[in-house]
Amino acid sequence: MAHINLPEGLPGIRGPMAFRPDAAKHLNDLAEVLLRSENSLTRGERELIATYVSHLNDCFFCQNAHGGLAQHYLQCDMQFIDSVKVNMNAAEISAKLKSLLAIAESVQKGGKEVTPRQVETAKLLGATDLEIHDTVLIAAAFCMFNRYVDGLATWAPRDREFYINRAKARAEAGYADYNPYN
Amino acid sequence: MAHINVPEGIPGIRSLVMFRPDTGKHLYDLAHVLLREPSPLTPAERELIAAYVSSGNNCRFCMSSHAAASRELFGEAGHVVDCVLADPGTAPVSQKMKALLNIANKVRKNGKEVTPADILEARNHGAEDRDIHDTVLIAAAFSMFNRYVDGLASLTPTDENIYAEMGKRMTTIGYVLPQPVK
Repeated sequence: MAHINLPEGLPGIRGPMAFRPDAAKHLNDLAEVLLRSENSLTRGERELIATYVSHLNDCFFCQNAHGGLAQHYLQCDMQFIDSVKVNMNAAEISAKLKSLLAIAESVQKGGKEVTPRQVETAKLLGATDLEIHDTVLIAAAFCMFNRYVDGLATWAPRDREFYINRAKARAEAGYADYNPYN
Repeated sequence: MAHINVPEGIPGIRSLVMFRPDTGKHLYDLAHVLLREPSPLTPAERELIAAYVSSGNNCRFCMSSHAAASRELFGEAGHVVDCVLADPGTAPVSQKMKALLNIANKVRKNGKEVTPADILEARNHGAEDRDIHDTVLIAAAFSMFNRYVDGLASLTPTDENIYAEMGKRMTTIGYVLPQPVK
């Protein structure tokens, strides 16, 4: 049971978003720019960063909702998503994406954990300032979303297929003007 | 020096939102809703929660600036801010505020740290759903802001007078996106 009275039947962040729509609007607008708007990082790469950070924070709802979206955009299977969570350095992703995930992992621990060397490595592998900025902000934002979801003890469907099945419709609808009741 | 090429000489999050106003405007709108729009918690109390979480995350810029804003808003009782930052257990704040600060500190570590007993303690001292929700989201949001500010190694002033000026600006002008440097 959630720590406060939330509208019933809405899993994860949807309950708190329905509880306080004026804050939800800005959270969704932020997610739209970070994860969906025009960017040299693909939507799949950005959702994968969100998934990875949510996994590190042990947030079941976020890592599966965004893992489903990453899987949809990357046209991969759940094993691939899980391989990134288990050991991203051994996963079949580019060296540049690994360097960005390493930065995201440091941000998850604490902003000061990001080292000049990590940033230098990412730049040598072709990462732009904007890509580094967005990686840090995506990682930071999911440290917020994960805490919002778990800090209020919201419930989440345990069947991971639930999230896979919703991903295509969620990808098409986007985050802006998000309706938590759908 | 910051990890990316942000405007020089501009401190903290201001330099980051000037680098990327598309995300910055939603971050400032979120801060405005959370810290200034109507809530059962006063703006002074909400700024105090923000400063306390930032202190726990060791983010000097956010801690000092939001502490300064909270002092401004508390007026003659401004010293409570420094008491809370030193030790919330002995600070001259209500039992309800102590219980909410405890919840905020748990959220800062990880959302799952918040227990039903923490929530019950807050309710026993008069906290209602909205107090708890807003506390959790403010703590979660500052777990983002702190990581954003430090994860990109933005400029952190060490002169307390600079923060006092910031505190005045935050309580008069509020959370308004700075104009880009030409």
